[in-house]
Amino acid sequence: MPKRIIAGIQKTGHRTIEGVRRLGQATRFFLLVLLKSGASVRRFNLVVRELYYVGVLSLIIIVVSGLFVGMVLGLQGYETLQKYGSESAVGTLVALSLVRELGPVVAALLFASRAGSAITAEIGLMKATEQLAAMGMMAVDPVARVVAPRFWAGVISMPLLAAIFSVMGVFGGYLVAVVFIGVDAGSFWSQMQSNVDFRIDILNGFIKSCFFGVAVTAVAVFEGYDSLPTAEGVSGATTRTVVTSSLAILGLDFILTAFMFRGL
Amino acid sequence: MTTETLVEISDLNFSYNTRVILNGVNMTMKRGQVIAIMGGSGSGKTTLLKLIGGVVTPSSGCVKVSGQVIHELNRDNLFAMRRKMGMLFQFGALFTDLSVFDNVAFQMREHTNLPESMIRDLVLMKLHAVGLRGAHHLMPAELSGGMSRRVALARSIALDPMLMMFDEPFTGLDPISLSVIGSLIRRLTDALEMTSIIVTHDVRESLSIVDYVYFIADGVIAAHGTPDEVRASKAPFVHQFVHGETDGPVPFHYPAQTYLKDLQLEKTVA
Amino acid sequence: MQRATLDLWVGLFVLAGIGALMILSLKVGNLDTYNGSDTYVIKGNFENIGGLKVRAPVRSSGVLVGRVTSIEFSTKTYNAIVTMSIEQRYQFPKDTFASILTSGLLGEQYIGLDAGGDEMMLKEGDTIMKTNSALVLEEMIGRFLFDKASEDNAF
Repeated sequence: MPKRIIAGIQKTGHRTIEGVRRLGQATRFFLLVLLKSGASVRRFNLVVRELYYVGVLSLIIIVVSGLFVGMVLGLQGYETLQKYGSESAVGTLVALSLVRELGPVVAALLFASRAGSAITAEIGLMKATEQLAAMGMMAVDPVARVVAPRFWAGVISMPLLAAIFSVMGVFGGYLVAVVFIGVDAGSFWSQMQSNVDFRIDILNGFIKSCFFGVAVTAVAVFEGYDSLPTAEGVSGATTRTVVTSSLAILGLDFILTAFMFRGL
Repeated sequence: MTTETLVEISDLNFSYNTRVILNGVNMTMKRGQVIAIMGGSGSGKTTLLKLIGGVVTPSSGCVKVSGQVIHELNRDNLFAMRRKMGMLFQFGALFTDLSVFDNVAFQMREHTNLPESMIRDLVLMKLHAVGLRGAHHLMPAELSGGMSRRVALARSIALDPMLMMFDEPFTGLDPISLSVIGSLIRRLTDALEMTSIIVTHDVRESLSIVDYVYFIADGVIAAHGTPDEVRASKAPFVHQFVHGETDGPVPFHYPAQTYLKDLQLEKTVA
Repeated sequence: MQRATLDLWVGLFVLAGIGALMILSLKVGNLDTYNGSDTYVIKGNFENIGGLKVRAPVRSSGVLVGRVTSIEFSTKTYNAIVTMSIEQRYQFPKDTFASILTSGLLGEQYIGLDAGGDEMMLKEGDTIMKTNSALVLEEMIGRFLFDKASEDNAF
């Protein structure tokens, strides 16, 4: 059936073109947001306001998840390490897993589904209810006034949330290993401190979370601004934000890890 | 009343992809006038407002506002021009994350360096003009449809525009709110000496407040005149529209093959 | 939401985040005892480094004094050249003895420094003369069997 084959090839081509076009639009929008960030710097209270909605409201989920992830790591790590008689290394295990990987990645995934989706839905609804058009008619650029402050609030929040997640995780690991199981507190901390390096582990984890912050919020604001101005359009855009940014986080994580820890 | 021409539309054409929306429209609007633009749904009325606001660019022809061709303005000049325009969107388009007070204060805070105490006085004056001074602390979600449109009206006159555009201001309102909005448009236009353009379906309310009416059908101006001329008009389209008859030049039926054929009652030639 | 309340929460959030970063750096990452800027570099040639890795600790009397920064193989001497950065506040004599040791039975390998008695101190870029290679299990067993065999032959 050559006709069907040709149709199939055409479909693939069409989808590829659409995908590339959308990627181009997203990149252009991202640059536009950066270009119009002047107002966010000059009127920083706009960003502060969004920091509340993006950062403060994400705190609970970050703190609780961090605590539990750390507790599980402590428990599992202890179970495995005590077979080799090195249960005092549980502090190292918990801290390294959190600071290098789980802190930035899990915090970013939670951030994408908590704050990213909220940003998309809010911008999408503002578009659907003509608030963005109204702003444009009042000679106020919606990208500068609405999008840029949300973007920067996300970029600022992400590393802070990831750090809070890691600290809560270390505390959770400490609770389980030292308080509940009875690993020596001194060796728990000293093993951790002698094996976690500031530059290689903590700084790299911090850099990772900065990248994730940019990726998640860039996807969220683009999807919101680009959504169809209908109820289905906004809900579809919200779903796409969570899916796309989660994939972007995991993909970026691999690339960044390969660059940072290569040869170690 | 001055007779200075504020908006001049000449030979305006606009097509969306291949679909022609406006085809050679000419209009003149003077300062102090309230002008109604009427026509069926999808006849290009809202597009006309977008063309005046510079949101879209005409295919040919031009829109001049106070002597300047809108689509030839650069971005900064267009934004400067838009500060002198106000637009009331169909459902108000109030910023849902800001209170009524902050909504009205929005443009003052964005475009001026007025001290907060003066902004407060101005906002309360604008809200007083629409009768909602007491509601300044409410959030948009707590307002009824008519109230939120009045707040949006107060917001759009915040910087005393010379041109106000109303996109279907009467849709979905109860009769009381409807006449409140109608009389507000008339009173504010006279008080601020601005020009108001109303895009609407509501014949009865708009004919009672406007100075001039344009009917748009199929992208061209089908008829125009003062409210009295329109009421007396014998033109079939205007007559049908003003009196709300179901059939006439605007047919009740969407173009289709004959009824009998559709129901397969007519013998078709094999 | 009142502006003041909002500012308060955002302030708390930012402080908590910065606090978390400080805890990570100081308490978890031990930044206060190991500072990358105040260090000097010395080298040591080892016949065999065993399982020594870059970033392995350098200890003296069990105290962390620095870290291994690079390990290279020299084709001139056919030895391993280990570069380590030592904290500025810990100065060692010229005739310091460096050996590769293992912490515990299965622990990581590290470099142990035993101070000598020389008046001169090691400076930036100096090479430690006296080194002791890592113990490799196979060599140990081999030597043990060899000794055992020669003991047996003696009788």
